[in-house]
Amino acid sequence: MTPPRILYCNCTYAQVVPKEVKEAVLKKLCDSGVAFDAVADLCEMSARRDPSLKRLAEGGAVRIAACYPRAVKWLFHATKADLPPGSTEVLNMRVQSADEVCAALFSGELKPNLPAGKVSRPSAAELPRTEVTV
Amino acid sequence: MSLKDQTTLRVVLYEGNGAQPLEASDRFATMTALLEKGFAVTRATGEGRVAPADRTSLLVLGRFDGGRAPQAEDTDNQVNIRFQDISGFDINRVGETVESVRTETNAAKHGDWKPWFPVIDYDRCTNCMQCLSFCLFGVYGVDEEQKIQVQNNDNCKTNCPACSRVCPEAAIMFPKYKAGPINGDVVSDADLNRERMKIDISALLGGDVYSMLRERSEKAKSRFSKERDADKALSERQKCLVKLASAGDIPPEVLMSLPSPEEIARRAEEAKAKAQAALGAK
Repeated sequence: MTPPRILYCNCTYAQVVPKEVKEAVLKKLCDSGVAFDAVADLCEMSARRDPSLKRLAEGGAVRIAACYPRAVKWLFHATKADLPPGSTEVLNMRVQSADEVCAALFSGELKPNLPAGKVSRPSAAELPRTEVTV
Repeated sequence: MSLKDQTTLRVVLYEGNGAQPLEASDRFATMTALLEKGFAVTRATGEGRVAPADRTSLLVLGRFDGGRAPQAEDTDNQVNIRFQDISGFDINRVGETVESVRTETNAAKHGDWKPWFPVIDYDRCTNCMQCLSFCLFGVYGVDEEQKIQVQNNDNCKTNCPACSRVCPEAAIMFPKYKAGPINGDVVSDADLNRERMKIDISALLGGDVYSMLRERSEKAKSRFSKERDADKALSERQKCLVKLASAGDIPPEVLMSLPSPEEIARRAEEAKAKAQAALGAK
């Protein structure tokens, strides 16, 4: 099975993620032989509606070291780049220790944890063109 | 300056075939420096997957064999790719190189604005338009289907979470806020009750915080006209602001920078009319 991609958010523009946690996680990633994507600040990218978030959301299963899963889910949604709910695991550097985050980043089994959300009928804009009745 | 639709320069730290891996300490220092400057960095090795390519400009850094960066271009001419050999570069030189490519490619400049803006949890949002009618700064709007959305996030007042306080469903997050559920933490029943209580407090104070400000200000004005006591009017306004600041965790500088009572009244009416129009059109 292909291991999930790793995305690390440095939360550069605020001090809400403990510095020692984010540094330890980044160091561990750098010390490993694994390829990964890192961004300065997902909030800033979402605020700018940065098209790069689409690329980061695509490409299959992903583990994200950032903050609260609910926040991450809707930050991506705000740029019309929804994360795949069944194959996204968000690790929360605001509350988890660096060891916990790293253990999860490098573990074999992906544990998807985006909030499931309510079941609602998609809007006309969200439906594929062929399903829109005229 | 509009914040929208600016892309980030994607920097690739290449350590695969044809390049020498960086020393671990250099790799960490380079990554940290670039992330602190606001760039997106992909570390590419022979192991593991990374996000796919898109039309973002790419700057590929590496200690390439022979000290010579490869020559390559996108045959579809959609992606601007540049290679830079960084053998012998210190952190500062790497930073300068990346910054210079950012300028050339017109990619987003970072760090001019703290990303403070509301993020809507549509799983919770009921489209009640409270946030739209509350916000005086035009942050919220509706889409073509009259669904609430954040339209002008750079209008948001840094560190002010006031709109999240009026949301009856705790659906508005500020991910950089200090505490839950506003920071994105799970919303508990206790949180919901607390949020509702805050709205009740606001109602007790006079409907909403802006009408409260307005009423207080009018009272102060009328007293001022009777008594010609400017100090008393000012003290009344200050008392009101202190109360608001503590009830809504609104930074004093945001309250102090509010426009005149007349302008507040005008904007509040405008925001309410927008909300009512959106609700009426549904």
